[in-house]
Amino acid sequence: MAGGKEITTKIRSIENTRKVTSALEMVSASKIRKSQDLMAETRPYAKMIRRVMGHLSKARPEYRHPFTMGREQTNKVGYIIVSTDRGLCGGLNTNLFKMILADMAEWKSKGADVSAVTLGKKASAFFKNIKVDIAAHASDLGEKPQIEDLIGSIKVMLDAYRKEEIDLVYIVYNRFENTMSQKPVLEQLLPLPETDDDEVQDIWDYIYEPDAETLLDTVITRYIEADVYHAVLENLASEHAARMIAMKNATENAGELIDELTLVFNKARQAAITQEISEIVGGAAAV
Amino acid sequence: MKHTIQCDIVSAQEEIFSGEASMVFATGSVGELGISPRHAPLITQLKPGPVRVKQPDGEEAFFFVGGGILEVMPHLVTVLADTAVRADDLDEAAAVRAKEEAERELADQTGEIEVAEAQARLLEAAAQLRALQQLRKKGAR
Repeated sequence: MAGGKEITTKIRSIENTRKVTSALEMVSASKIRKSQDLMAETRPYAKMIRRVMGHLSKARPEYRHPFTMGREQTNKVGYIIVSTDRGLCGGLNTNLFKMILADMAEWKSKGADVSAVTLGKKASAFFKNIKVDIAAHASDLGEKPQIEDLIGSIKVMLDAYRKEEIDLVYIVYNRFENTMSQKPVLEQLLPLPETDDDEVQDIWDYIYEPDAETLLDTVITRYIEADVYHAVLENLASEHAARMIAMKNATENAGELIDELTLVFNKARQAAITQEISEIVGGAAAV
Repeated sequence: MKHTIQCDIVSAQEEIFSGEASMVFATGSVGELGISPRHAPLITQLKPGPVRVKQPDGEEAFFFVGGGILEVMPHLVTVLADTAVRADDLDEAAAVRAKEEAERELADQTGEIEVAEAQARLLEAAAQLRALQQLRKKGAR
């Protein structure tokens, strides 16, 4: 029986792989739900803080915070890159990095320098290799990312912007559209894009404790942090969805491979039996 | 005239409270605050401490916030609670940590090892694939 043993070993090893991939698929499927719930929980805060910011800008139309003012010249562009810690999630990170590279190339052709803050191990590994300046890094955010773990990295970018070392900040992450599709997006974080809600202008002002500038600064910083936090959660949900799909495909492929190998195995077995019979018959005829 | 005020308490990670209140107490950066309906517009930083919400049915709800921002509009109280304990020097320390993390990541050579490892695995997989194809051809014969 030529190759019979080898084929069975092969089939068994693919079966093991299939077990692993289908387990991973199921784990990811359950994690998608959890990360979606997390995303939903951050929505009220985003809504409220936007409302407060709207009120503030109306109460103080003459004061412009540095974060809302654009710069005339862009000498350096900062990217906050949200990636995953682990692989096995299809082309999720690759697609994201491709988009960033294209954008970086565009800025470089205009003579601007680039700098990055990486969240997640995949981004730091990738951008380190292509020698992009990494200003700050955070990883191992886990299944339930905490805003505390992001504050430091965000502050590095905000400080650089305040000191005018960086003139434009982007945030890049994978947006969770649905389980089947995740879309890499690049959004401008700083200067804050203009909001276009022109409601009736009432003239009134707050009582500020301690003072307007400090408060506005705090509110804007919190707003940006909430934005980045939300991006991290979107990316987390995308990661699980992408992994689920990748593992589903792997499981299917393994199944096909097993079917084919079983066919090969059966043919080999039958050939061996046929050969044995014909040998016996041949032997009997010779007698 | 309504004698209640809409009170929303949220943190970046969850919604903590949302409902009508007859009075809200909190610790502002300048001092204790008691907010009744139709209070003058006010915005203040909060110190870490309890936020008490007196509900119209007389019950009181307690929440602890680790700081944040409180906004008062005549018919609305919004508390944006911080989940983390915040202070300038703490934030600074976090920023320094993030920078160090980046430096460590840059010094770390595992990235290249990973590539080498992946390449080795790829070669192995390619070899397996070739073997499989040969098997298949043999089987077809």
